[in-house]
Amino acid sequence: MNITKTLDKNVLTIALEGRLDTMTAPQLEEELKNSMEEADLLVIDLEKLDYMSSAGLRVLLSAQKQMAGRGGMKVTHVNDIIMEIFEVTGFVDILTIE
Amino acid sequence: MKEITVEARTESIPVVTDFVNEQLEAIGCPIRAQMQIDVAIDELFANIALYAYETQKGTATVQVETVSDPPSVAVTFIDSGIPFNPLTKEDPDTTLSAGDRQVGGLGIFLVKKTMDDVTYRYEDGKNILQIRKNLTA
Repeated sequence: MNITKTLDKNVLTIALEGRLDTMTAPQLEEELKNSMEEADLLVIDLEKLDYMSSAGLRVLLSAQKQMAGRGGMKVTHVNDIIMEIFEVTGFVDILTIE
Repeated sequence: MKEITVEARTESIPVVTDFVNEQLEAIGCPIRAQMQIDVAIDELFANIALYAYETQKGTATVQVETVSDPPSVAVTFIDSGIPFNPLTKEDPDTTLSAGDRQVGGLGIFLVKKTMDDVTYRYEDGKNILQIRKNLTA
């Protein structure tokens, strides 16, 4: 999985490419830990992400909780396969999806 | 039927995924079903890698076969670790707010929801978990 990070004013955008799963989720967790402090708003861009497993959901949930007290977090460009995963697990109601 | 046997560790997940994808591509499996199967592999193989043998080393075998009635693909995960049926785990409450959410159990729940059939049996000292996905829309 590739992670591209852009900080524009206080908006941190993390774009993911590939698969977010057991092997790659720790990479995202580490990246967020290192850079979330700089941001008021966190945008997770999934345009180039093929799919995610529960390991990825776990990291998103934890990021969502940490950003809740600040500007928040949103998830963008969700493909059909990932949207179904969000729907089945009830994450559609937890996340702000655009 | 094609099969691969690998060490039961998370590092084997990409190897198993590539192997299964090769078989799925050969039978013209729709990309959506393929990705759902890939997610299922991540959930199920990670469980084996992390828990089946506790701290000891072990192997796991993954088999791929096509079934004609109904047209579907079956992927079977076999390990000789401690007997464990993940299907008995209670489904998580998917209606709780973010603050109250527990993430445990989400993986196997996701597999149950995206596959057409999931079965478990313990036979000859082996955990045998099979997922089946229909290939028709």
